[in-house]
Amino acid sequence: MTTITIDSRAAVARAQSRPSPADTFRQIMTMAWRATKKMRRNPEQFFDVTLQPILFTAMFAYIFGGAISGSVKSYLPLMIPGILAQTVLTTSMATGTQLREDIDKGVFDRFRSLPMARIAPLAGPMVADLLRYTIAATITFGMGLALGYRPGGGVLGVVGAILLAVITGWSLAWVFTCLGTVARSAQSVQGISMMIMFPLTFLSNAFVPVDTLPGWLAAFVKVNPVSHLVSADRDLANHAHVSVEAGWTLVACVIVIAVFAPLSVKLYKRHL
Amino acid sequence: MTAAVNAHGLVKAFGDVRAVDGIDLDIGEGEIFGVLGPNGAGKTTMLKMLATLLKIDEGEASIFGVDVRREPHRVRQLIGVTGQYASVDENLTATENLWMFGRLQGLSSRRSRDTAAQLLEQFGLTDAADKRIAQFSGGMRRRLDLAASLITRPPLIFLDEPTTGLDPRTRGQMWETIRDLVASGCTVLLTTQYLDEADQLAGRIAVIDRGRKVAEGTPDELKTSVGNLTLQLRLAPGADFSLAADVVRRQLGEEPVLTPESGQLNVALETADRVADVLIGLRQAGVHIASVGVDKPTLDEVFLALTGHDTAEDESEQPDATVPGPMRKEIPQEVAR
Repeated sequence: MTTITIDSRAAVARAQSRPSPADTFRQIMTMAWRATKKMRRNPEQFFDVTLQPILFTAMFAYIFGGAISGSVKSYLPLMIPGILAQTVLTTSMATGTQLREDIDKGVFDRFRSLPMARIAPLAGPMVADLLRYTIAATITFGMGLALGYRPGGGVLGVVGAILLAVITGWSLAWVFTCLGTVARSAQSVQGISMMIMFPLTFLSNAFVPVDTLPGWLAAFVKVNPVSHLVSADRDLANHAHVSVEAGWTLVACVIVIAVFAPLSVKLYKRHL
Repeated sequence: MTAAVNAHGLVKAFGDVRAVDGIDLDIGEGEIFGVLGPNGAGKTTMLKMLATLLKIDEGEASIFGVDVRREPHRVRQLIGVTGQYASVDENLTATENLWMFGRLQGLSSRRSRDTAAQLLEQFGLTDAADKRIAQFSGGMRRRLDLAASLITRPPLIFLDEPTTGLDPRTRGQMWETIRDLVASGCTVLLTTQYLDEADQLAGRIAVIDRGRKVAEGTPDELKTSVGNLTLQLRLAPGADFSLAADVVRRQLGEEPVLTPESGQLNVALETADRVADVLIGLRQAGVHIASVGVDKPTLDEVFLALTGHDTAEDESEQPDATVPGPMRKEIPQEVAR
């Protein structure tokens, strides 16, 4: 190191007052790279996105199929989009828990001391999580096919349904990221997330037809964004039809991101 | 020339506790500046404020003339921070860690890789380049951590207790590395609770106690402020300690520092000539001694003289260190006054 001498004045002159969009993008992608490395080295992180769709799809199909639709096979077109929504949402929940765990590690001290965009440590893992959503969604459909589901929407419809589910999961992950920046421990993130997730997925049209519900519950179910996602995905997977429900789902996604992304960054900065 | 670090009236309060309570610092370029103090004195808190990791509650600070409060992003491009606990990623290998930090700071992928290889070689970590950090020893982690702070060759390095918990050999290597850094034009601000470390490395030292700066100067100046010399007596087993203290007090008119567990008695000395008086006095009082020595005062004694209490007293009073530091063996644990 004696070969290169350090020039402080040049360094001061070079120093940028804020990260450029190109810097920010590179930093997000570097953090995404870190997250994928971590995933590959801790394969148990894939349990929730691989085993859960297999298990839940089979369980729900055989338990509820006969009661709700008369047979497993006739229940599948109703259920698979529902379980897809549930799977992707549960996957997005893990984002918050993992962020919380991560923030407590020593390496985050260094991230804070580096001249990097404050959104990068939050957005990077979320970019990597797109992989997890896609795996979870694909396995759900694969399991459905194995049980005898023949989506009427064809390949394009199914791909559309997966895409919409992935987008929704990614948007909702900002809520859990936000939780991850405020909660005191990974366990509390997990607990609070569960409390949000269970009503959101089960008080929707994901598993049962809405007209079987009492009026007050049906009213909530109709405004629940998860219901919109499930309806939109049913239209896509079963009829290759992009319905107005898809539009509502995307509007909900945009609102969630617009509120929770800036809030997460603000709360993350508060740690400084 | 602009100072590397300029701080005025820094304050950080956690609730009612003022962890840093009005500290001024002025550090020139190319200096190794030591901040010395016991656990909980506010060293780490002060360093975190300067490194943009903690909000400055009151006061002003600038790094090479760049305001820390107003332009934290620019400040972060001028500094490298190596904390008390290795801030590298456990899941990645050494190379991957350095590559990642390079990329995050705007180096191309290729340059990041080259810089990583070069730093690993310089820090003697080439053999461990593809090992995961989880398999690293404490000393290797510290070295990697320091390497990670040097990727963009920032002109100012903050080292927070760089050798706490390291074995003596690794500690010596770390000291060498720090000296090399300064030789390349870097300015270093280091905190330490090891008095000999500040003495060995730092050109100037600030002594911090309970959030305040109690003294500043070169190691020699600090020592001279206490007295030129110290007489170090080790009493024979079974010798009467209070009698020995009385004799010393009578002969020199100075208050001795006692460490009964190790049979040690230290006292400041005007000139070496006075030793004979003390020894004769002890002989006449019938106090036997095991060994006797005359030396410049240690920084322990400096600290004691400056603050009126010894360095081990402040444990757990202030939220400076989140994890208790290791035992400070070289500091007398109990000092009778």
